[in-house]
Amino acid sequence: MARVLLRDLNKHYETFHAVKDVSLEIQDREFVVLVGPSGCGKTTTLRMIAGLEAITSGEILIGDTVVNELPPMDRDIAMVFQNYALYPHMSVRDNMAFGLKMRKFEREEIARRVKIAADILGIESLLHRKPRQLSGGQRQRVALGRAIVRNPQVFLFDEPLSNLDAKLRVQMRVELKKLHERLGTTAVYVTHDQVEAMTLGDRVVVMKDGWVQQVGDPLELYNAPANKFVAGFIGSPGMNFAAVSFQREGDTLLAVNHGLRITVPAPIAARLNGHAGRDATLGIRPEDLHLAGPDDDEGHCFEALVEVIERLGSEILLDVKVGPASMVASVPPTVRTRMRDTIRLALDPERLHFFDAETEVAL
Amino acid sequence: MIEGAKWRRWVYFHIPLAGFLIWLLFPFYWMMITTVRPDGELYRPWNAPNYTPFWTNNPTFEHIRYLFAETLFATWLWNTMVIALAATAISLVCGVFAGYALSRLKFPFAGSLGTMIFVTYLVPQTLLFIPLADIIRNFRIGDSPWALILTYPTFLIPFCTWLMMGYFKAIPKELEECARIDGASRWQAMIYIILPVAVPGILSAGIFAFTLSWNEFIYALVFLSSPQEKTVPVGVVSELIRGDVFFWGPLMAGALLGSIPVAIAYSFFVEHYVSGLTGSVKG
Ligand SMILES: Nc1ncnc2c1ncn2[C@@H]1O[C@H](COP(=O)(O)OP(=O)(O)O)[C@@H](O)[C@H]1O
Ligand SMILES: [Mg+2]
Repeated sequence: MARVLLRDLNKHYETFHAVKDVSLEIQDREFVVLVGPSGCGKTTTLRMIAGLEAITSGEILIGDTVVNELPPMDRDIAMVFQNYALYPHMSVRDNMAFGLKMRKFEREEIARRVKIAADILGIESLLHRKPRQLSGGQRQRVALGRAIVRNPQVFLFDEPLSNLDAKLRVQMRVELKKLHERLGTTAVYVTHDQVEAMTLGDRVVVMKDGWVQQVGDPLELYNAPANKFVAGFIGSPGMNFAAVSFQREGDTLLAVNHGLRITVPAPIAARLNGHAGRDATLGIRPEDLHLAGPDDDEGHCFEALVEVIERLGSEILLDVKVGPASMVASVPPTVRTRMRDTIRLALDPERLHFFDAETEVAL
Repeated sequence: MIEGAKWRRWVYFHIPLAGFLIWLLFPFYWMMITTVRPDGELYRPWNAPNYTPFWTNNPTFEHIRYLFAETLFATWLWNTMVIALAATAISLVCGVFAGYALSRLKFPFAGSLGTMIFVTYLVPQTLLFIPLADIIRNFRIGDSPWALILTYPTFLIPFCTWLMMGYFKAIPKELEECARIDGASRWQAMIYIILPVAVPGILSAGIFAFTLSWNEFIYALVFLSSPQEKTVPVGVVSELIRGDVFFWGPLMAGALLGSIPVAIAYSFFVEHYVSGLTGSVKG
């Protein structure tokens, strides 16, 4: 087991700069998830760690060794591919044993390790089958088995669950988490699904256009997004945004827009001091909005026109219009409203976010 | 079954299929019937009262006997077999490696090299045999099997390379990458993973190459002259057509027997071969 260190990692394809100055320290036994929209360079980063893609500039260390020039086989890693990449002409047993055979392990040792891995994954009964005789979930397990028999220093996963149906995906997610608890192997996991990232990752790395946007544990990303992109990417449904400008009224700072006149709480206002008079984006998560009651401060309420009502059972999502801006509010299932009603919503002032209108950095 | 669906099946499926089959198989039937037809019937005029073009009442093996006893047909068969197998083996080895390199390795001009190989394949043999004849004379291998074993690959290698390139491209590159992470060298990954997966493609290429060399005519006609060195297609035509006299019986017998090895090769590999053509390598 080992830590993995990325230092100012860059990848240029002929004309395209796919990965930009990525620096990251992955601790021993840590489960780190790279997440971001498709095309943001996650796979490329992972493939550089694996040694499948040449590094344009920067350094990768696994353990204490610089591995830039090492071929994949000498990096002591195992990778699970999106399409599983099972060897179609080999039985499950041979698929799992291949890596050990290549490394000249004793026959008994190979048999022992395959058995242990098959036990862990519950695929003992499939060992004699060919990959084409397996279901998607079973193939997934075999691919995992092939990775764990090798007992490598680092696991690399590239969207391993994205070919499974929704239900199986949730189930395998839990199993992956358990597997990591049990084996404790350092893991780097790539996904475009923020739910997967949040549930699996000890730490999550959000990427966009080849840049790392933010690194942090899931709650950090959720509570204190570093910029507007992370704020909108993490959480479902996504954070509501509204363009606002700041006005000072006596001691209080107001964020103002059509239909909005929000009193900025003192701690946040202190941070925003230099920003008065300039434009910003206000962010508030759907779950931090509720129907205004008598306890709510007038400065945290606003009127909204209900456009769509989505009843999800455990909650109701109200798609509302606030001035020109659209917002979503998550309210308890007991709330009764109708379409085209005008309602009063209140926000939780502690949970307000502000982003610079131009740089989109959190203020 | 819904009334009417039955005749639809007949009109749109069975009858056209039967027509197609008859159209396709008739030449072979003609070949067979001529092989076993006695000479007396063969040269009977079409308006004779007992003219029976589509069957015979007195089948005979005389033509086949003639072929083996009076001509060098057995030697031709042997020559053709040796030449076709050797040329196929050479072409397959080169084609598989070249196809792998062109589809998998990144090197400058890989793309244009692939196209150039394909263009080579398009140069007609009827042009190429002139310079090749010169080369063969210089190497003093004219009138020997080597003349064909070494010239057939000029069109077989591009063909095999092109076919294998397509096949290798269809194999997900992750398979190989996974093998390399698993500890296999590039060479081992190719031997243990890529080649076994590509077996259907290799078989298809092999069968096509074998058939092409088995049936090849021009080079065999030009580069071989002694009767005992000839291949079946050339031998049959040059020894059984004398002037303007066609020995139809032995000719057809030769054609029939000559097509049997190819037919066997096809039916033997048909399962692999078909999946090779449809190229399914689903994990
Ligand atoms: N071999 C390649 N040649 C050129 N561009 C590539 C290559 N592989 C990936 N890219 C580009 O690099 C960017 C990042 O790709 P990738 O890392 O696969 O993204 P993702 O985050 O979806 O996994 C994409 O825009 C992609 O088009
Ligand atoms: Mg990807």
